[in-house]
Amino acid sequence: MEYMLIMNESTQNFEQRDDPDDSQAYWAGWMAYVGALNEAGVVRAGGALQAPHTATTVRSRNGEIVVEDGPFADSKEQLGGYFVIEVADLDEALGWARRCPSAVSASVEVRPLLSMAG
Amino acid sequence: MDAYRAAEEVARTSYGRLVASIARSTRDIAAAEDALADALLAALERWPVDGIPDRPEAWLTTVARRRVIGAIRRAGTASRNQADLVRLRDELDERTESSVIPDSRLELMYACAHPAIDRSVRSALMLQTVLGLDAARIASAFVVAPATMGQRLSRAKAKIRDAGIPLAVPAANELPARTASVLDAVYAAFGTGWDDPDGTDAKRRGLTGEAIRLARLVVELLPEDAEARGLLALMLHSEARRPARRADDGSFVPLAEQDVSRWSPPMMTEAEHQLAVASRLRRIGPYQLHAAIQSVHNRRIVTGITDWRSIARLYDGLVELQPSIGAMVAQAAAHGEAENPAAGLALLDAIDESLVATYQPYWVTRAHLLVGIGDRTAAREAATRAIGLTTDSAVRRHLLATLPTDAGPSSGPDRAETP
Repeated sequence: MEYMLIMNESTQNFEQRDDPDDSQAYWAGWMAYVGALNEAGVVRAGGALQAPHTATTVRSRNGEIVVEDGPFADSKEQLGGYFVIEVADLDEALGWARRCPSAVSASVEVRPLLSMAG
Repeated sequence: MDAYRAAEEVARTSYGRLVASIARSTRDIAAAEDALADALLAALERWPVDGIPDRPEAWLTTVARRRVIGAIRRAGTASRNQADLVRLRDELDERTESSVIPDSRLELMYACAHPAIDRSVRSALMLQTVLGLDAARIASAFVVAPATMGQRLSRAKAKIRDAGIPLAVPAANELPARTASVLDAVYAAFGTGWDDPDGTDAKRRGLTGEAIRLARLVVELLPEDAEARGLLALMLHSEARRPARRADDGSFVPLAEQDVSRWSPPMMTEAEHQLAVASRLRRIGPYQLHAAIQSVHNRRIVTGITDWRSIARLYDGLVELQPSIGAMVAQAAAHGEAENPAAGLALLDAIDESLVATYQPYWVTRAHLLVGIGDRTAAREAATRAIGLTTDSAVRRHLLATLPTDAGPSSGPDRAETP
């Protein structure tokens, strides 16, 4: 089954990315994790996102387009990146979620992809 | 045996085994249950004509599996379903050749008690899929509307199917935690019956008997798990006292006043046996300690006295292992008996206040111990607070009847018994 690992990160995580003292440890953790995922051959897609302040939210209501600065919801945890992995079942997907650096600092949501006809 | 009775017998004794076996490859428990129901109907039509098959279980499984395959074919061509179809066809071929239906009930239980399934529905899910209890019966035991329970159960089954929760024994590193969650779900089913022991209406009597069946099954499937045996022993020791928990007029009888001749020696013997086997496995855990505590209580049937010092020591161990509010209050009560009421009160005072505001046993225990040190005014206040938090009407009547007065005989409220 295909699952998306929706990796949320804390405000502090986003700051760590460019922090001269913390960034090395931050990126080393992610590189090791991504390395392990690739090693296992389970990754179908993936990507990291820039910090929430770079987000722009668009809504269309009754023909009117409203564009707002910032992410959809202002919360302590924001989407930082994602992977789509193919594994046998939820337990395997949860196993990968648990190893993710942001499972410690924030959270990882695991959701199966809708399987399309084919 | 006539064909109808034969079908009924297989449905009753093999329900969980058949559902688990049919659902294992698709993870679709609802579809497996529907298919099994269809297969049972087919059996009622065919068996009176063709005779009861040599292997009724295999017959039902094969028919049910064909129904599942048919349903998937009709549902269309989603790729996941295609994969299921291939697996099911393979299984169908294997099964036709071998006569043994593998027992996947343990795998089914792990799926029902999976951490991705909401805790509040795990017991109900297990009772339905493993024992075949209907939603209405489960709903009445959990005191919710049957429609609500039906919805919760189908939502949980959909989660297992759609999220890909495996019907499998977890990996070794997860096994202890996952087994604990299976045991907790079984114990929660037992709890439904414990709070409502009146037993006047079979439907409302709760599910203690069913929970014991589940625990026996877990012990059978996980014979090396000490806590599974501890849980079974705990439930048997508690259940052994059920007939004594109410007087003939339905009034509540506290443990200390129970007529031990109404306890069930066979259940206690079985409990002791399980506990002995568990202790030889040398992996102590909370359920074994709980069971050991009930075992000491039940020894009164032989010795005529309650060994409060042993009970207090066991609660000390339990609180160290698992400091729940229930264990801490019971520990205080035990020390109150083993030493003196002041010692018990000191332990109660040490409990975080935010935990006790709505915890009825705390206030019952507090009232009892306050009577013991002669502070009847404070005892009355605590007992009143306990009455306000009591849900069991017989216990409420008992507490009202024994409410401490400012003077007079110091009977005091007795602790309500909690498993």
